Amino acid sequence: MRKPGDVRTWMRNNAVTVMFVLLCIICIIYSGQSMSYVMYEMFGRLSRNAFIVLALIIPIVAGMGINFAITIGAMAAQIAALWVIEWGVGGFGGFLLAMLMTMPIAGLFGFLIGKLLNKMKGQEMIGGLILGYFANGLYQLLFLFIFGNLIPLNTPGLVIKGSTGVANTIDLTYGSGGGIKYALDGLWKLSFGPALYICCGVIAALLLVLILTKRMNAKKGGIAIGILAAACLLYQIPAVASLFSMVTVPMVTFLVVGLLCLFNVGIMKTRIGQQFRAVGQNRTVANASGIHVDHVRVIAIMISTVLAGWGQLIFVQNMGTFQTYGAHEQVGLYAGAAILVGGASIRRATNGQALLGCILFHLLFIVTPPAAKNLFGDAAIGEYFRVFISYGVIALALVMHAWSSIQKKRPENAMAEAGKAS
Amino acid sequence: MSAEYVLEMKNITKRYGENTVLSDVSLSVRPGEIHALLGENGAGKSTLMNVLFGMPVIHTTGGFEGQVLLDGETANVTSPHDAMVKGIGMVHQEFMLLPGFTVTENIKLNRETTHPNIVSRILGKNLETLDMEAMAADARKALDSVGMSIDEHTLVEGMPVGYMQFVEIAREIDKTGVKLLVFDEPTAVLTESEATQLVSVMKQIAANGIAIIFITHRLDEVMAAADSITILRDGKLAATREKAKTSVVELAELMIGRKGESMVEADPRTAPQDKVAMSIRDLYVDMPGEEVRGVTLDVYEGEILGIGGLAGQGKLGIPNGVMSLYDTQGSVTLFGEPLKLGNAGDALRAGIAMVSEDRKGVGLLLDQSIEDNIVFNAMQIKGEYLHKVGFFTLKDGGAVRRTADKMIRDLDIRCFGPMQHAGTLSGGNQQKVCIARALVMGPRFLFVSEPTRGIDIGAKKLVLETLLRLNREQGMTIVIVSSELQELKSISDRIAIISEGKLVDILSPNASDADFGLAMSGIKPGDQLEKGDDAQ
Repeated sequence: MRKPGDVRTWMRNNAVTVMFVLLCIICIIYSGQSMSYVMYEMFGRLSRNAFIVLALIIPIVAGMGINFAITIGAMAAQIAALWVIEWGVGGFGGFLLAMLMTMPIAGLFGFLIGKLLNKMKGQEMIGGLILGYFANGLYQLLFLFIFGNLIPLNTPGLVIKGSTGVANTIDLTYGSGGGIKYALDGLWKLSFGPALYICCGVIAALLLVLILTKRMNAKKGGIAIGILAAACLLYQIPAVASLFSMVTVPMVTFLVVGLLCLFNVGIMKTRIGQQFRAVGQNRTVANASGIHVDHVRVIAIMISTVLAGWGQLIFVQNMGTFQTYGAHEQVGLYAGAAILVGGASIRRATNGQALLGCILFHLLFIVTPPAAKNLFGDAAIGEYFRVFISYGVIALALVMHAWSSIQKKRPENAMAEAGKAS
Repeated sequence: MSAEYVLEMKNITKRYGENTVLSDVSLSVRPGEIHALLGENGAGKSTLMNVLFGMPVIHTTGGFEGQVLLDGETANVTSPHDAMVKGIGMVHQEFMLLPGFTVTENIKLNRETTHPNIVSRILGKNLETLDMEAMAADARKALDSVGMSIDEHTLVEGMPVGYMQFVEIAREIDKTGVKLLVFDEPTAVLTESEATQLVSVMKQIAANGIAIIFITHRLDEVMAAADSITILRDGKLAATREKAKTSVVELAELMIGRKGESMVEADPRTAPQDKVAMSIRDLYVDMPGEEVRGVTLDVYEGEILGIGGLAGQGKLGIPNGVMSLYDTQGSVTLFGEPLKLGNAGDALRAGIAMVSEDRKGVGLLLDQSIEDNIVFNAMQIKGEYLHKVGFFTLKDGGAVRRTADKMIRDLDIRCFGPMQHAGTLSGGNQQKVCIARALVMGPRFLFVSEPTRGIDIGAKKLVLETLLRLNREQGMTIVIVSSELQELKSISDRIAIISEGKLVDILSPNASDADFGLAMSGIKPGDQLEKGDDAQ
């Protein structure tokens, strides 16, 4: 049975998420938008943003906080995208080539970031943030001076005539097969109903296999299958179905997101995953047991940076064009804010929190401008509000982290915890 | 053929620069024996263990002289990891456990049992899947061998501390090929029954042929557990004894020993005991590393009370607690009036001054002149040495200079003048500036904490003489806290010994070394004598 104290602890631990749910509900009511439109927008945003948010999990588990240096991973992806367009390789092949190219570039960047962050243990987050700004300078040097001047670009539109450097906006539609725009999204699109049935069917089948091979508790698996069936049944209600009438689901993109979730879970069950967790909890203890702490931290950042690069590719192929000098700038900030909104802290994060945070954060992004327009007569206020929100939520998460670690240290709470255990 | 000793350390000498911390120390441990290593703080126990484990601090400071033999063969232990490979394990005083991991995960940390999967066959061993079942089975076996029934899937977080200690031991035992285990003050955090259980577990481990080095300051546990005992004192080997041929009293005597002549000769007198200056009741202080757990103590007006004990036992917590520099509970009465705890300003206003043990951190403003340092507290707390000019308060330079000059003369502070920065003074003279600042407050009661730490012999003598003169000439009540027993004995009227946060006994400075040694290990000397009488 839950005591009142438990409810208070639960509220304390989930204050940010609860606050965001309330904010979202209020804004949806005042926005005057139809739910089907909101859902349509949200699925679009979820498909292009979820991957990069999930890329933050491993460094958090490894005790390095939110990896704001994913900005640099995004830069690597944009370098790869530029060259894939320059070579005119389009379609899914072009997208795969861009992913392949991103890997060594982002890997190298990640390695360097990791090396640097090892020299500033305890200040990784501010370090990553500043590193992102610093790298932006080098990125501009590369795109304004080296590409297009020292290394000529021949594709029309990539360089503006009579100017130097790469153009402000890069159009991804250039190249064979319509370029890499929608290269992933366009592979297999379904409307919401069939997508739901297929997803539920596949997951249920996998669960069944797990149960039959005795790798999963039958009761737990049964409940999960029940929930899936309920979701399909719920969709039969016309009112519910109409909510999703405008939604089309890019199946392959969500499949990739799902694979990343599985990867995040799977890697924690391996030796290296155990090392991430050990290093994250206490570097001294990890070191004493012979784990090469610095090495593990570099690996965590490298994986995160490469994943962030792929995430940025998914983002730009969905948008179809990107701002050469701006598309990467806010990536770290927004992804960081999103994962915190989902209830993650700078010490603990799960797939569920990342996805929930992504949904809530982008829901707010969709509904604040119209809500502000209806309430204050000015959509710009909503615009300001959501920027304020993303900085505010990060600040709030840091304050709450400091506060809860002070609470834990207080003798009466430590006593209570010890009492609970015995 | 196995050698007679599993570990021999022969003629170990270790210097840090000019400072010799270990000189010609030898230690031999037989297989399956529990060997106690005794000594005061600074006697060289930890340095000896650092040598054994090949800690980086040894290698980066020029290595050591002497020989380490494992199983009769010369061994060159290069790193803690190397020590582990060679079969030497350590049960740490501060737990090396991860709170968010289960008992199993902690026991098998970085030695996980894994089985290969598709990915790991391509990308290497680091991606092999953990075999939790096999790991849990190993952990169960190790836990059983230390007699612990706790479920191996429990999280370490929130476990009673006693359990954590046993998990640590289980982890060391689980390591294959371990032949020597070092227990560093294992019973310090345990309750009495847990400590008893620990001793029986240690005996069980030893019976399986694993040798144990048992570092502790609790003499009764040494007598209960150890087969043989090595005692270090001042970085030298004081004695090696077999348990059967020694007694607690002899061990206490060997541990404390005589350390030269007293530096200052106080004229013998009967200590004043008519009026209580400060009475401390049930004092609890949450000072990290120096917790006080319920001290009741009276200080008489006009006396010098020494407070002694080993480091980390809470003696420093008493002055810091009374001055409210850390969270404090209990009641303190000063000259009959209750003292409010919780604000250092209140304590200062009530007329208590303190010379902190942390000279550079709390005590001095290093970039300020001597005179500013001397009057700082008086200016901030009492509002002295200030002019009022309209809305402004200005420093009264003349008065400050006069006071500083007087203090420099009185305390014989060696400096170029009152304007010299405190940071450029020698340690002894910095200490005198601290004392001067305390005196400027016009205190009725003075706490002096570790007054001679880190200063040379000549300066020590001057500081102690200053304290003695303050007491004899001005009748100031002084409580001096120090790790150096000799220093306490030379100027105190009475010496209170603190062990594990509690007052063990108040001894006369003329009490024997054995009495002091027993008190420091938490045994009230009187009790021991009674027990001794019973035995006879």
